[in-house]
Amino acid sequence: MADLLRVEHLRKSYTSGRPWGRKPPPALNDVSVSVARGRTLGLVGESGSGKSTLGRCILGLTRPDSGAVIFDGVEVQALSGRALADFRRRVQPVFQDPFGSLDPRWSAGRSVRESLDCFGIGAPADRERRVLDLFDRVGLNPALAGRLPTHLSGGQRQRVGIAAALASEPELIIADEPVSALDMSVQAQILNLLMDLQKDLGVASVFISHDLGVVEHVSDEIAVMYRGEIVETGDTETVMTSPRHDYTRTLLAAIPRPRSSAPRRPPCPQPT
Amino acid sequence: MSVILSLDNVGVRFNTAGAAQPAPAVDGVSLQVHRGEIFGIVGESGSGKSTLANAVMDLLPANAAVSGSIRINDREVVGLDDEALRSMRGDEVSMIFQDPTASLDPTWPVGDQIAETIRAHYPVTARQAKARAIALMGEVGIADAAARYGDVPHRFSGGQRQRIVIAAALANNPQLLVADEPTTALDVTIQAQVLQLIDKLRRDHGTTVLLITHDLGVVSMICDRVGVMYGGKLLETATTEALFANPAHPYTRALFAANPAGAPRGARLPVIPAEWSVESLREAELLRAAIGAANG
Repeated sequence: MADLLRVEHLRKSYTSGRPWGRKPPPALNDVSVSVARGRTLGLVGESGSGKSTLGRCILGLTRPDSGAVIFDGVEVQALSGRALADFRRRVQPVFQDPFGSLDPRWSAGRSVRESLDCFGIGAPADRERRVLDLFDRVGLNPALAGRLPTHLSGGQRQRVGIAAALASEPELIIADEPVSALDMSVQAQILNLLMDLQKDLGVASVFISHDLGVVEHVSDEIAVMYRGEIVETGDTETVMTSPRHDYTRTLLAAIPRPRSSAPRRPPCPQPT
Repeated sequence: MSVILSLDNVGVRFNTAGAAQPAPAVDGVSLQVHRGEIFGIVGESGSGKSTLANAVMDLLPANAAVSGSIRINDREVVGLDDEALRSMRGDEVSMIFQDPTASLDPTWPVGDQIAETIRAHYPVTARQAKARAIALMGEVGIADAAARYGDVPHRFSGGQRQRIVIAAALANNPQLLVADEPTTALDVTIQAQVLQLIDKLRRDHGTTVLLITHDLGVVSMICDRVGVMYGGKLLETATTEALFANPAHPYTRALFAANPAGAPRGARLPVIPAEWSVESLREAELLRAAIGAANG
């Protein structure tokens, strides 16, 4: 089966903003990954590892220095006009806290509806009903459609963000730390929702997180990033049970896991 | 075993200008922390865990009303005058926060900031304070401490900054260290190192630690005993082993079940029942505000 998304030899450096001094190390250094239709790729790494930059490059929000992002057989950087708009419809982002992407003066319903209006989905008269369907789909009481973002809880805002992403019926969702800002009880609900959507709608996703426990739970495959490079990739089972790279092992050892029989005070992992 | 911190029926209420009085942030919390132990307080947002920590240090804003009794070394903290509080903070009791960058002055050499803590409490010479600060920096794992004494905070990484803050907090050998989410802003590998540092310092100096966290994993790594908070109330207190082996309260059980680490891959996670969800707390708060606005 052809991959829905292929990222090939991606490189990206940010300039430090000064012509003198040391050049910062590249944010992405020869990164290649692929995602098949309906599958979930988990991208895990610590801060500064380049995982969010990779997400932004896939979305076409950041231009890579070299390499290619190929979505459904077409190179994304070459797209423009109508083709680019269609790409944006088919690939949608979900961010850590949609508070930043929701207009504070717009009701939640209007923010979701904007996506339908923007991509011309459904008859205009029909869109109000579609918005309520989407609210229902993500487990939000349709009565909340009239609320402003400030009057929604973090979990509800994240559901609105997911509803807005789903409005355009995307084939790929790039979820960048979608549950990191949420409490454990709400995090479980959002993870369940994302897994349900994948099962029901067959949406593929790239799930970016610093939390290996979360990534392990939702992903079919995992790619571990460290300092702009993918140090290990493979199916979730293999990476979690027999990690090959030292950094993956360090990461696995450092995760504090709640369990009663675990050895307390594990050996201190040294930075590599 | 002697008790260093004793809370008896502690309540905190924030008085607001509106007609509606919000629910108390902390409600009837009683617990005792023993000398030399790491006591964890775990809870989700809005549970009152940070408010409780700030109440111990008497750092709450002016509109907070504290009731009940907070005793440190058998001295009542509630209602203590400013002078006595100033001599207590940074000496007998210290606190570290989530964001080390906010705790440090960005324009000041970090070493001087540690030395300041010592000189604020003890009549030592600048040279003595500096030597002690360098020793502390070395102890918390800053390599080449003497050379880095004069560096400003932005020259350090996040994990190193938290080490500096810990050094300043421990400068006067406090008996009690209150740590409010000390590793939440750090990467997991750095988090493991900082937690180990706190545990090592506790062992070396016998410092008692009150650790506030939302992360059950952190609790299982270093805490001896744990209290679980929800909606301002302390639901249960147990040793870490007992809590993880046999959580007594339904909320604690639901919190454990909701953790994806350890659940079968791809399986739906058991969701915390609505009555125990943080969402329901917020809905109740909004409702109360709406009723207050309607009445007022």
